[in-house]
Amino acid sequence: MSQSHTLPLSDALPQDPREERDHFHDRLFRYAVTGCATFVLIALLGAAFSMLWGGREAFSTFGVQFLWSADWDAVQKKFGALVPIYGTLVTALIAMIIAVPVSFGIALFLTEIAPAWLRTPVAAAIELLAGIPSIIYGMWGLFVFVPFMAEHVDPWLDEHLGPLAIVGPLFQGAPIGLGMLTAGIVLGIMVIPFISSVTREVFVTVPVHLKESAYAVGNTTWEVVWDIVLPYTRSAVVGGIFLGLGRALGETMAVTFVLGNSHRLTASLLEPGNSIAATIANEFTEADSSVYLSSLIALGFLLFIVTFIVLAVARLMLSQLARRGGTTS
Amino acid sequence: MNNAKAHLKSDNMSMWMRRQFTDYLAKVLGTAATLFGLFWLAWILWTTVSKGLPALKWELFTQMTPPPGADGGLLNAFAGSIIMSGLAVLIGTPIGIAAGTYLSEYARYSKFGATIRFVNDILLSAPSIVIGLFVYELMVRQMGHFSALAGAVALSFIVLPVVVRTTDEMLQLIPSTMREAALALGVPQWKVVRQVLYRASMSGIVTGVLLALARISGETAPLLFTALNNQYWASSLLDPMANVPVVIFQYAMSPYEFWHALAWAGAFVVTMFVLLLGIASRWLLLKGKNHE
Repeated sequence: MSQSHTLPLSDALPQDPREERDHFHDRLFRYAVTGCATFVLIALLGAAFSMLWGGREAFSTFGVQFLWSADWDAVQKKFGALVPIYGTLVTALIAMIIAVPVSFGIALFLTEIAPAWLRTPVAAAIELLAGIPSIIYGMWGLFVFVPFMAEHVDPWLDEHLGPLAIVGPLFQGAPIGLGMLTAGIVLGIMVIPFISSVTREVFVTVPVHLKESAYAVGNTTWEVVWDIVLPYTRSAVVGGIFLGLGRALGETMAVTFVLGNSHRLTASLLEPGNSIAATIANEFTEADSSVYLSSLIALGFLLFIVTFIVLAVARLMLSQLARRGGTTS
Repeated sequence: MNNAKAHLKSDNMSMWMRRQFTDYLAKVLGTAATLFGLFWLAWILWTTVSKGLPALKWELFTQMTPPPGADGGLLNAFAGSIIMSGLAVLIGTPIGIAAGTYLSEYARYSKFGATIRFVNDILLSAPSIVIGLFVYELMVRQMGHFSALAGAVALSFIVLPVVVRTTDEMLQLIPSTMREAALALGVPQWKVVRQVLYRASMSGIVTGVLLALARISGETAPLLFTALNNQYWASSLLDPMANVPVVIFQYAMSPYEFWHALAWAGAFVVTMFVLLLGIASRWLLLKGKNHE
């Protein structure tokens, strides 16, 4: 839209030096901003390659087995990513089980239920949750929420759900409060504002006439949301959920505080576990051999690949609605 | 016949009742979900205030971080955080504004622009620990030691995508008539961008920078592998440097009560700072909108 015109040389008049200078500056400016934009691309590629490079020793020493070996032994220098990967997936899953319905409820409240005067302040308050630094979540988790879980929630789960047949093993264990369930809950709280704000924003983009027509034939609020609003915004809502999932997978500090840093593979959600990010944060400065350090960076590479895929899916889903004419974040 | 009609009517009634009930239930659950969210917000903020406020004292800003078991302040950590965040904003903002300008003014509809936008969005939500590892490989390993400069670079990679995004969005909001008016007068494009577009979207761009600053002031993971920590003053930018988030992390994990109190005080200050920045940026955005 803003290509500068250059006259063919043959009919160029003797050029005004000022015009020439402007033209030169324009080109310079254009190169500079293009360079900066390309830098963004290079930054992402650089991040991927630098971690692949840093993790090469681990990948070459342990091969593909690195992915499913449960070893984590600094003395014998044997490392495998199974326990951190398992912990990352389980905590993120717990977080999504909590955050998805709650975020949907919040979006429903903010777009259909709440009186207009209440919507902006409540939405702003929920977004405050996203602004709180993750280390604060971690401290709150360690000093307040972990003791609460240890005293009130864990014993109850152990007593009532522990003896059950299939889900039982998930809830057996010493009630120390640290563990994957606690980490999952904290993560869930952390991603609620991300999912709910995307969901709310896309709910607002539903054309009013669609909703009004549904109301006019006698639908209830719930039916309008479930049968009109949700199908219309489905792809973007899924995008928002994936955005939250990306957050939950890569969240570091909050999880590091409450997960317990144990490399034992256990089915119980009440026992200490580990996640990729927590392992790296806890052990990075203690890594005393190059293969140890390399294994940690290799873990970082795996995390990067997984979050990249999740976030890419999120962005694609979100842009589908935007292309249809709505605007999303 | 009559009977059947009545039957139909009662069927309709019960269906209507069921629909009303579902609707009612959904509304109750939606409200409950919102209260659930607000409950955690209140609990976390209350914890931060009730534990942080009593630990707040003047020595916090005048004394250095203490050795194990002793009492002290967070002076060098605050200074380190300010220096590194400031540097990160200084590095990230110009590059971010330029890249945002490119996206909005030179590549609004192009394929390459769409790719950059996509990559930027991913960088925006990429886990910060990954950024930390990247800069560790890029700088710390090359230089052979942890340094404040590496910390600032790591934080600037978090500033960058936020500024790119807001600049791009804010510039796109400017009506094209403004560009055309300036171009029609023969103003070269770079001057149009600098003297017309940047001025018109100033409040939006500043908001982006404030949001980025809010994000990095509590950021811990990337600093863990780059700036690390320092119990004393860092003598240069090439030395490890103390910073509030990492000090909070180490002190909170320690067994000393003194240190827990210091960690809570630091947490309180950081949280208040971040929330104030959030409010300031909202206000600025609102002011910019009213201005139009």
